[in-house]
Amino acid sequence: MSENSQPSSDEIIICRDVHKWFDDYHVLRGVTLTVRRQEVVVICGPSGSGKSTFIRTINRLEEHQRGQIIVDGIELTHDIRNIEAIRSEVGMVFQQFNLFPHLTVLQNITLAPIWVRKWPKSKAEEIALQLLERVGIPEQAHKYPAQLSGGQQQRVAIARALAMQPKIMLFDEPTSALDPEMIKEVLDVMRELAHSGMTMIVVTHEMGFAREVANRIAFFDEGNIVEINTPQEFFAHPKEERTRLFLSQILTH
Amino acid sequence: MSAPTTIVRPPSAPGPLRWLRKNLFSTWYNALLTVLALALIYFVGKGVIRWAFFEANWDPVRYSLKLFAVGQYPPEQIWRIGLILVLASFLFGLSARVWGGTIRNFALALAVALGALALLPADLSPLGPTGRLWLAAAPLLAVGGYLLGFTPVGKGRWALLGWLLSFVLMIVLLNGVGGISWLPRIDTSLWGGLLLTFLLAMVGIVGCFPFGVLLALGRRSSLPVVRLFCIAFIETVRGVPLVTILFMFSIILPLFLPEEIRVDRVVRAMLGMTFFASAYMAENVRGGLQAIPRGQFEAAKALGLNGFQTTALIVLPQALRLVIPAIVGQFIALFMDTTLAYIVGLTELLTVGKIVLQSNTEWLFLDMEVFLFVAAVFWLFTYSMSYASRRLERALGVGSR
Repeated sequence: MSENSQPSSDEIIICRDVHKWFDDYHVLRGVTLTVRRQEVVVICGPSGSGKSTFIRTINRLEEHQRGQIIVDGIELTHDIRNIEAIRSEVGMVFQQFNLFPHLTVLQNITLAPIWVRKWPKSKAEEIALQLLERVGIPEQAHKYPAQLSGGQQQRVAIARALAMQPKIMLFDEPTSALDPEMIKEVLDVMRELAHSGMTMIVVTHEMGFAREVANRIAFFDEGNIVEINTPQEFFAHPKEERTRLFLSQILTH
Repeated sequence: MSAPTTIVRPPSAPGPLRWLRKNLFSTWYNALLTVLALALIYFVGKGVIRWAFFEANWDPVRYSLKLFAVGQYPPEQIWRIGLILVLASFLFGLSARVWGGTIRNFALALAVALGALALLPADLSPLGPTGRLWLAAAPLLAVGGYLLGFTPVGKGRWALLGWLLSFVLMIVLLNGVGGISWLPRIDTSLWGGLLLTFLLAMVGIVGCFPFGVLLALGRRSSLPVVRLFCIAFIETVRGVPLVTILFMFSIILPLFLPEEIRVDRVVRAMLGMTFFASAYMAENVRGGLQAIPRGQFEAAKALGLNGFQTTALIVLPQALRLVIPAIVGQFIALFMDTTLAYIVGLTELLTVGKIVLQSNTEWLFLDMEVFLFVAAVFWLFTYSMSYASRRLERALGVGSR
């Protein structure tokens, strides 16, 4: 580790000058962001701005080619042990849920605790049932994902990520694939999670949720953070022209 | 507004007449086609039945049942095969109670078939004095196994253990052990008929599965050496006819092996079949692997599962389920490909048919009867396989998207 990478224990995610290229296309152009414990950061921005790619670099679903990412004191390098260690501390929720269709809801949730954490099955199931209670669908434990509505599937996906007892949760547009009447039930779960003190990075266009829950909102454009501020300042006094334009488009439609 | 009334669904008009009208006589040309088809079915059916029951001479089949079943296997040792049949019936009975469903249907079919054979008014004397007894005992033991299933032994793992142990026992029984006087080794050149066909197919099917899966995974590996090896193997084997591979294994292989190592020729044919089938299996499995969305890999990675766990727990179960029809199709083809083993001198079922025709001058022109019988036996087995596959697909389709 280099000399200046000794973080204060409060800073759980540190990204310094993160760059990424897809072949010749420069997706991430020097992103720098620090997230403190228990903080909720919402990332918004136009599609193709690199916001999804950025949060996927935090658990190494995408590899960054320049810069430094330190998660909970571990730097992300090519070392596979570091990557697996970080992945089991960082939960992720996807736009398309990505539940395992051949496993029941309960099996989806207990799979990683049993195989990665090596918990006994009884303990994993007990915790899984508690989590299903917490996301409001305890009665669906023995169904298959295809038998659930989109909102229920996404709540199972959240429970699955939480079962590993992660320190950080990443949400990649968790409500974008949902029918309008199901968005609220998922946001309610996320809101409760934020209040319970989870560190969260959320890529979303739900500005109501951002205003209410986020500690900071980051506006992403052309591969970098253009502006980052508290919700009050962000909505009331956006500094950058691009932010204003984006907000006017997204808030008045 | 009156109180809400429940509106009853109008009854869908029943009656066979209506069904006939809707499905067979809906228009004048459908009516014409129906009449023509009925006439055709009548004349063909009448011809077939008259031929099969009054004109055909089934003697070559009736008097050669032992040959068709086990080939030249010594008659005084047939009790071993009887024991295997009885053992299998017993385990089928137990499995029927434990797993139910399709297995129960198979157990029932097996018990009924063996029972019917025992009562068949054909000459079973070549099966030895006890031949008919073994056949008659099989359904009884199937019932016994079923009843045993109600006791604490009726658990999945005991049934599975029983099958695994009995497979070993069956091979020992078939082959014999050198040095034991009551269980002499029986040369594989005496194995034949349905027994040999069945063995070749079983070994091919069971053997090609793990190799095929490994090759398919290897073909998608990120290690270039592994990937290249798998591609080279698959493409080479798929580019060569099965006959060539059987020749290679039975004639060329012994030339390359040192003198001390003598591989039995039935085993050589089995190796060849497995070798050949693995390449096709690999391509079937690869089709399934390609259908798994990237999100499944990402979700597994994000949860911290390693590569092996992701493959074994997430990817393969879904991929294999998708390609059950293709895999079973391949197994059926493999079952029928066993007939090619005649080319390396093995007397599998079809070859027995030819031998039977030439064994008696009066039978020389009865090839119609003999080959129809062989075809019927093949059909029975391949149809069972496709039936099992359909049931399996339905049983596993619960969580499908």
